[in-house]
Amino acid sequence: MAEKVLMKGNEAIAEAAIRAGCLHYFGYPITPQTELAAYMAKRMPKIEGGVFLQAESEIAAINMVYGVASTGKRVMTSSSSPGVSLKQEGISYIAGADLPALIVNVQRGGPGLGGIQPSQSDYFQATKGGGHGDYHLIVLTPASVQEMADLTGLAFDLADKYRMPAMLLADGTMGQMMEPVELPDSAPEMIAKPWAVTGTQMQRKHNIINSLYLVPEELEKTNFERYQRYAEVEKNEVRYEEYMMDDAEICVVAFGIAARVSRNAVVEARKQGIKAGLIRPITIWPFPKAAIAKAATHCKEIISVELSMGQMIEDIALASECKVPVTLCNRAGGMIPEPDQVFEAIKKAAGGNE
Amino acid sequence: MPKVTFDTDLCKGCGLCVSACPKQILVIARDKINKKGHSPAEMTDQSKCIGCAFCATMCPDCVITVEK
Amino acid sequence: MAVVFEKPKALTDAPLHYCPGCTHGIIHRLVAQAIDELGIEGKTIGVAPVGCAVMAYNYFSCDMVEAAHGRAPAVATGLKRSLPENIIFTYQGDGDLASIGMAETVHSATRNENITVIFVNNAIYGMTGGQMAPTSLPGQVTQTSPYGRDVTTAGFPIRICELLSTLDGPEYIARVAVNNVKNVKQAQKAIKKAFENQVNNRGFSLVEVISSCPTNWGMTPDAALKWIDEKMIPYYPLGVYKDRSAKEGE
Repeated sequence: MAEKVLMKGNEAIAEAAIRAGCLHYFGYPITPQTELAAYMAKRMPKIEGGVFLQAESEIAAINMVYGVASTGKRVMTSSSSPGVSLKQEGISYIAGADLPALIVNVQRGGPGLGGIQPSQSDYFQATKGGGHGDYHLIVLTPASVQEMADLTGLAFDLADKYRMPAMLLADGTMGQMMEPVELPDSAPEMIAKPWAVTGTQMQRKHNIINSLYLVPEELEKTNFERYQRYAEVEKNEVRYEEYMMDDAEICVVAFGIAARVSRNAVVEARKQGIKAGLIRPITIWPFPKAAIAKAATHCKEIISVELSMGQMIEDIALASECKVPVTLCNRAGGMIPEPDQVFEAIKKAAGGNE
Repeated sequence: MPKVTFDTDLCKGCGLCVSACPKQILVIARDKINKKGHSPAEMTDQSKCIGCAFCATMCPDCVITVEK
Repeated sequence: MAVVFEKPKALTDAPLHYCPGCTHGIIHRLVAQAIDELGIEGKTIGVAPVGCAVMAYNYFSCDMVEAAHGRAPAVATGLKRSLPENIIFTYQGDGDLASIGMAETVHSATRNENITVIFVNNAIYGMTGGQMAPTSLPGQVTQTSPYGRDVTTAGFPIRICELLSTLDGPEYIARVAVNNVKNVKQAQKAIKKAFENQVNNRGFSLVEVISSCPTNWGMTPDAALKWIDEKMIPYYPLGVYKDRSAKEGE
């Protein structure tokens, strides 16, 4: 039986990563994810083969990740929004070289230096690429400390399986929140990585980790092949949770802390006789398009609840093919919507179309 | 007598071997052209070669093998 | 009859793409010779830069990783921390190492990261067509310093060996050149020592190699080697700038 402990979200990620076989962590201090790095600094030196290194910059940290990922070992870095912007170059190279790795973004408000309070305004950056070139990350969005741990393990598994970087997109609330969490107590099975650079031992032709293809036909081929893999991810790895959606007339879509707030609002709406339901995407890439499309067949309005100026709403509009109105209920800059604000939006949607 | 062989098609005709040769027995063969389109280096008088490998030392393209 | 000189095994059969007379080829060979002589090819992993040597991953027979511009020492740090028993080297140009990657260079040196760094200084950006480098000489005409490098606006060239040798971290810092047979032989020794240090777990070793760029300097290959003697070496004196093992031996 796995142990149950009270932990901060940031620490839960760190411990779950170690238990998922990630023995290499590289990072640079930034609020509000510092507990994660601090936890790694304390734990890694006590583990055989464990490496914690505070890099000279976010840029160096992600390139150290690239180095370890090249050797086929599980590796991660974590940061918060401005730091993740700096990592984009390295993330693009990791994606271009088809390497698995985990990047954690405990988001804070922006743009620029912004603030240190929770935000979801890196949705575009996380789901649409972020750096240069055609690529995606698998993006997982935890809504509890338990999920901070569970999705960390899953992110490593998926990254390995599809040879692509994965991102855990959390926010300051999730990072700082304390909840009981059950941690896995068995190590996962690792898949073979014959492509890794480990030294030829004079037994095979040299392996090359690379994203440079000067012949455009070759580069195009790597892009097509990568997108075939992405199509598999979209087919197999969409994850979401539905709450009271069966007979819902108003559909709320929210992830992370916004989903927790929204769930309370849906409960309140149901109490008052409004048939509201919630779709909580757990993966935002791949996005739960089919669930949204289905909701658009029986709901009269979809409300996107976000801690941003409205980013996920674009994916909802696309997935619903604009068959029903898609509206935004949001706060930004580090503010979190109250359940009342979401409830009022639901009430307005229910009334407005009667 | 030392033996110097040129992997001629790798030669870019830069001439660094020619300048390095203490016996001045290397030339760029202006009348020849290799697969790359360069006039390659060649030895004019093998009998004068002392096998010092200066030519190979200065060759950027590993064109030259020296045996003694 | 014995072979006095042949292509090292640690180089593949791929023809080098470098311009005629470019001394990158000599430096590649010296690195491969060191790998051959130490018998470490099977456990060596090289990191290629962005710049003229961007395709170095095709030329070395060992496992290779292509890094983003300037990030090779960070990538090498990841490789070495993951595989401490393997031999990790980077091969970088002056723009890569001394400009965009300066932070990675200085910090991998100060951590005494147990890696080998081959730094090719030819005072110009070759791959992009001859722009001013951090190591371009005062007054040097390049595509982006068409009136000559004006130190009052573009600043002075950076002497990497002198700069890094002020740090407590690194094990071995040396500057060599490949413009004549004598210097190539010196360079061969320094590069081998930089790999040997890693084999012996001694830490960060960097060899700066003064190299030529006939194409972008606008000279014949021969004239370029003379220019190294006349202009480059006076500004970048050759020698060993730091050698902890020699100090311990005193």
